[in-house]
Amino acid sequence: MENTNEMQLIFDSRSANESFARVTVAAFMTSLNPTVEEVSDVKTAVSEAVTNAIIHGYDNEVQNIYIRCRIEEKTLYLEIEDRGKGIEDVEKAMEPLFTTKPELERSGMGFSFMEAFMDHLEVISSPGKGTIVKMEKTIGKGRKIWTTQSL
Amino acid sequence: MKYQVQENCLTIFLPGELDHHNAEEIRKESDHLIEHNHIRYVIFDFADTVFCDSSGIGVIMGRYKRVYMLGGEVCAVHANERIKKILTMSGVTKIMQIYEEDK
Repeated sequence: MENTNEMQLIFDSRSANESFARVTVAAFMTSLNPTVEEVSDVKTAVSEAVTNAIIHGYDNEVQNIYIRCRIEEKTLYLEIEDRGKGIEDVEKAMEPLFTTKPELERSGMGFSFMEAFMDHLEVISSPGKGTIVKMEKTIGKGRKIWTTQSL
Repeated sequence: MKYQVQENCLTIFLPGELDHHNAEEIRKESDHLIEHNHIRYVIFDFADTVFCDSSGIGVIMGRYKRVYMLGGEVCAVHANERIKKILTMSGVTKIMQIYEEDK
């Protein structure tokens, strides 16, 4: 295929790395020529997934978080994986305002934001093994193509 | 992080990126200030903020619960379009007014 590109990122599950992760993904997607809005959407989604991995997946223990990014044509595919404790009930976890850690002031909006800002969201998780969050976003959807008039 | 206390009102000058990493610090520091200064009103100043995720929403909700018990309120100022979108989507605007500057 013509326009494909891939990258992988492995980093410690420290909260300081949240901004590193979203900025790196944002830099990777620039070849798709996204709008500021589209970059912000992806950054928010990455931030939510990485925060979940740190707080919930690894319970604030320092271990590895894996991000895999792929560009195919105009679409960005993202996978964010932790090998932590996993989610018992994925459907329940994805409900708006549901959180298992209200004492940490978690708003329960993480998955709702990911869903709202990306075109596709899939969560694969098994207790004790970890969680993979798969997301997709097509860049430039509904944008008009500007062409110069031929002479 | 920068804070300003005026009588019973606390202004929190939020950082450029309001995520889980920064949220922890703001939570600790602002709760200390709220407790020791009899704060009833909290103003979140988003002037420098370009990024906010659900952890930021958590910070707002947490401070709201705290001052609401004392009959207080929270509000937001200087929010850009992106921040407004996040605040509105999360539903936090139901408990918090966003104030615009007079032009």
